[in-house]
Amino acid sequence: MTGAIRHGAAGRLWRTTVITLPYAWLLLFFLVPFAIVFKISFADPIVAQPPFTPFFDWAESSPRRLLATFDNYLFLLEDKLYWVSYLRSIRIAFISTLLCLLLGYPMAYGIARARPPWRSLLLMLVILPFWTSFLLRVYAWIVMLGKHGVVNNALLSVGFIDGPLQMLYTDAAVYLGIVYTYIPFMILPLYASLEKLDQNLHDAAMDLGATPWKVFTDITLPLSMPGVIAGSLLVFIPALGEFVIPSLLGGIDSLMIGRTLYDEFFVNRDWPLASAVATVLLFILILPIMLFQRYQQGEES
Amino acid sequence: MNVESKQHTNENSAAWTGAPWKDPSQSPFIEIQSLHKRFGDFTAVDNISLDIYRGELFAILGGSGCGKSTLLRMLAGLEAPSAGRILIDGVDVTELPPYDRPVNMMFQSYAVFPHMTVEKNIAYGLRKSRVAPAEIESRVREMLELVQLTNLEQRKPNQLSGGQLQRVALARALIKRPKVLLLDEPLAALDKKLREQTQFELMNLQDQLGTTFVVVTHDQEEAMTLATRIAVMDEGRFIQIGTPSEVYEYPRNFFVADFFGNINIFDATVISSEPGFIAVELGASGTRIRIQHGGVIDAGAAVMIGVRPEKLLISKDKPTDDRYTVTRGVVEDLAYYGNRSIYRVRSQEGRIIQVSAQNSQRSVELAMEWDDEVYLSWDSSSSVVLQK
Ligand SMILES: Nc1ncnc2c1ncn2[C@@H]1O[C@H](COP(=O)(O)OP(=O)(O)OP(=O)(O)O)[C@@H](O)[C@H]1O
Ligand SMILES: [Mg+2]
Repeated sequence: MTGAIRHGAAGRLWRTTVITLPYAWLLLFFLVPFAIVFKISFADPIVAQPPFTPFFDWAESSPRRLLATFDNYLFLLEDKLYWVSYLRSIRIAFISTLLCLLLGYPMAYGIARARPPWRSLLLMLVILPFWTSFLLRVYAWIVMLGKHGVVNNALLSVGFIDGPLQMLYTDAAVYLGIVYTYIPFMILPLYASLEKLDQNLHDAAMDLGATPWKVFTDITLPLSMPGVIAGSLLVFIPALGEFVIPSLLGGIDSLMIGRTLYDEFFVNRDWPLASAVATVLLFILILPIMLFQRYQQGEES
Repeated sequence: MNVESKQHTNENSAAWTGAPWKDPSQSPFIEIQSLHKRFGDFTAVDNISLDIYRGELFAILGGSGCGKSTLLRMLAGLEAPSAGRILIDGVDVTELPPYDRPVNMMFQSYAVFPHMTVEKNIAYGLRKSRVAPAEIESRVREMLELVQLTNLEQRKPNQLSGGQLQRVALARALIKRPKVLLLDEPLAALDKKLREQTQFELMNLQDQLGTTFVVVTHDQEEAMTLATRIAVMDEGRFIQIGTPSEVYEYPRNFFVADFFGNINIFDATVISSEPGFIAVELGASGTRIRIQHGGVIDAGAAVMIGVRPEKLLISKDKPTDDRYTVTRGVVEDLAYYGNRSIYRVRSQEGRIIQVSAQNSQRSVELAMEWDDEVYLSWDSSSSVVLQK
């Protein structure tokens, strides 16, 4: 680093700043809020402002008393509702991720193999939906899928069906909404890793006797694995905590953990329980991220 | 274009013994028949026909973008010809996909699989053809020894040097014992020393294995050292095909002549054509000479006479030997290199002629000086007619 050599102290200061900045950011906007949520999850709900008991008893009794309680976590274990929500969320997020992968991979592959002028156009089309508000786009699906929505009307007028289909407020609608919303997050990292792929590797494998399918499993897929993993995490993580899509497109019984969380916070005003739900959710999310890190370290060595 | 060289040859084509391309009883191993490749409006390979014989080390030489890689890729099946056919060992392979062809290719960029170890890379071809694991193992070992990578078999490609990578690519292409090995600029990325060493190794390999090699290069020296025959390519066509000495000594036109080192040009007019010879009159001196030439050129046509610098003699006195062609010039520049001197002489036609003279006699003073009037002469049989 020539800068550091030329002006020693200033260069060191600059480097320290550059390195500490992201850590400071994480500390301030992730770790501190999480610590607060984590703290609240050990409190009891009360009708007050804020609606939970303090961590310490500030009353006159001179040795301060720790008021932490595990009740919220125990309650999560006892009440089936939470288990069901977590498992459903995991299932929906997992299946949605898989669907995004199955749909997104060929799309990303196609874009990466397209001629350069087409490539940028196709990429634009992938990102285009982001230019409209997310909420509006989900509402648009209501218009599309509703009883007298665009799809039903079209099918009826063609004569494929006799009466309108129940599409809205089903699990299928939730999957559709999640896949539709998050597929760009799958396509973009996949595209990035597929586009880097040297066409000569493909040709070399084929020249050595690999059929097109073998070329895919031996060369293309393993070399695009970083993209697959990044894309899957980018879809799985937000899908797991998704709240808007299941609320608007899903049925009344379509419990996902995001919805449960929302209800605890705003309907029941049970902040401590909601915090416990959020804390557990975070630990569920940390698992795949740690697996990813393991994988990356394995690649490097 | 008729690609068979009609020109007379002197038989000293390196290590290669026998010349199957001249023996009508031999049948070619690879037959390329009027092959075309068009990309949109652009013709990358333009009506190429070529026969290559078993065990040859055939070099395709040409400038960047002339269609060498495209031709090779069509042989490998990686590019579909727009027209024409390819036969290998008597079998029409034009429609065969790359994985069904008895051909392996070493890529211009090596294309070593970055996620596999050296060993896995080399074994890949055998794995795909379902060879028994024990045999794969022994053949990989054999290959590792051949390319001297025995201790590196567990390395990943990003832990290898350029030269080592290139040897992995070579071993990987060789392990299936293909009938034909295609090499696309195999040595382009190597430094001079490694390059010469590898050229040598390639020739050894070719000797040991008897595989037919087709090597693409844009380095004329490499083609000269390696090849049994060379095809010179330009704008998708073959300009000339011949042994290294043929293309050097009897270039068909100025492009080929110029490709293989320096050549001096004298203007001349055709007087008459007879079978195998052409009589010309040198433009400035009016000297008449007969030159070996395959084709027929109309009398009166303007041609160029080419003479290699090392074939030219320079003297102050007029040479008397009547086998020599003599013309005159003025020394413009000279450089003394100890063992030889290079003279730049302006000919009577105003062209700069380069003469490379061995300093066979010790002389303290240079025999020639700037602005001296000198005689340029050469054995008439070492001149070639170059059409414009
Ligand atoms: N897929 C393609 N689409 C369009 N044009 C192509 C394609 N492949 C090659 N070409 C063109 O065909 C011509 C020949 O290309 P090729 O790769 O065969 O050249 P080359 O002789 O191998 O050159 P180099 O020595 O630089 O490797 C070039 O002008 C190139 O631009
Ligand atoms: Mg090339």
